[in-house]
Amino acid sequence: MSTQEPFSIEQFYKFLQQHKLMAGKCLKCGKIHLPPRPLCDNCLSQEFEWVSISGKGKLLTYTIINVAPELFQALTPYAVGIVQLEDGLKIPGMIQGVTQEQLKIGMELTLDFGSCSTTKQWHQWPRYCFKCEA
Amino acid sequence: MNGKPLVSIVSAGMSRFGKLDGFLAREIFAGAAKEAFSRCPKLDPKSDIKAVFIGHMGEAYEHQGHMGAAIADWAGLKGVPVTRTESACASSGAALRAGIYAAMSGLADVVLVGGVEKMTHRTTAEVTEYLAMASDYPFEQWNGITFPGLFAMMATAHMHKYGTTEEQMAMVAVKNHYYGSLNPKAHMQKEVTLQAAMASRYVAWPLKIYDCSLITDGASCIILTKPELASKYTDAPVHIVGSGQASDTIGLYERQSLTSLNATKLAAKAAYEMANVKPQNIELAEVHDCFTFAELMAYENLGFCPAGEGGKLVESGETRLEGRIPVNISGGLKAKGHPVGATGTAQAYEIYLQLTDQAGKRQVKDAKVGLTHNVGGSGATAAVHIYRRDR
Repeated sequence: MSTQEPFSIEQFYKFLQQHKLMAGKCLKCGKIHLPPRPLCDNCLSQEFEWVSISGKGKLLTYTIINVAPELFQALTPYAVGIVQLEDGLKIPGMIQGVTQEQLKIGMELTLDFGSCSTTKQWHQWPRYCFKCEA
Repeated sequence: MNGKPLVSIVSAGMSRFGKLDGFLAREIFAGAAKEAFSRCPKLDPKSDIKAVFIGHMGEAYEHQGHMGAAIADWAGLKGVPVTRTESACASSGAALRAGIYAAMSGLADVVLVGGVEKMTHRTTAEVTEYLAMASDYPFEQWNGITFPGLFAMMATAHMHKYGTTEEQMAMVAVKNHYYGSLNPKAHMQKEVTLQAAMASRYVAWPLKIYDCSLITDGASCIILTKPELASKYTDAPVHIVGSGQASDTIGLYERQSLTSLNATKLAAKAAYEMANVKPQNIELAEVHDCFTFAELMAYENLGFCPAGEGGKLVESGETRLEGRIPVNISGGLKAKGHPVGATGTAQAYEIYLQLTDQAGKRQVKDAKVGLTHNVGGSGATAAVHIYRRDR
């Protein structure tokens, strides 16, 4: 893996477009940053390497959104949650393909790259979501 | 309870909170400023006020940036240095902190600190989007997570960990709406029953309409002086004896805890230590109930009860006017309303009224020590202040 890519959120999403979930690991203190950062908030180092993270995790918390900004109104009601991945890393996202009754704290979810699509917004970032592997 | 005064409040003003059709933020603020000026006849605003700090969150509402200058001008204070502070819903809590810096630095003996927001002319979808701008853009907003959604996720985690219930959250709404009914400036001056609160529809499960604070127009301000100058302006100053402000990750997902706000804990610790008081010395508090659940979490993070017992505390009635620690007797953000930039100094306004016996039907008798707690975003900013009236 090249270490030339900047440790930026833009680069995180470029990797995601390639169906890779990547985080930045500080070469000095070892802290892993998801999303990556250009400056380690623990030891203030600027030296990092990319590490590949498994998209499998556990649901820490969730909600069902009924009142949404205009961009998301067509999707309501939709579930969003915070998922804990390996090494204690956490990432929020929509949870698709499950009913509210099926949602349980601690359930296993997998990051799905397949739903990625670019939008008309400011950033041409892909979208990801979490799904339950049944 | 012997903390040295940092600054003294010699006056305060607040507009009516509500749907103030036909008025811009600057016009609403002018009314709040006029009330503060009228309340303090010994003050000559134009010559005495040496600095102005204005909390204001969103340019999007009125397509108006640079709000500080517009506010100072419309308040009759053109020429005075003014700075707008933006820390989401804690914008005027941060303005208050900045005003304390200014007064204590010696650069400004008398400081006007306030806040304003004009929101109700926008649709709910627009307001939802503008408020969400105070959350993390690349992961939270990007995934359609709203502000109610962020607090809902904290509530879900809290329910799971501690057994907190939707009914306990609704009890906060019932309490705060009752006190809102006693506040002639509150947005919603009517009571709500537990049944009605529980039956309202979900905004972001488990939070319902009645768990959410209101979209409100309003302005508030207080006038601070160096403590040794306070007696020049009033016989009944309220001293600020503790000030804490803290920050945290902008994204909820990067935090250690999903069931408490570390910024609140840090700000409270700093304020308590500075004031040399303990949570049990606080006689009334205005806390940031942007959602009913946030009030329960505030009880815990401010030390009014142990972690996980916020629901039990509201259930016990101890946070009502006649209880051990009356909370949000103004009606809170829930019923008084939440014009986001105005909220921090509106909390200070309420404590000022209470400690100077001007709170009318909702007066907490003989109160001497009060606390305000103002949160920005999902908890990336918190400001806690402690107030004392020497009777």
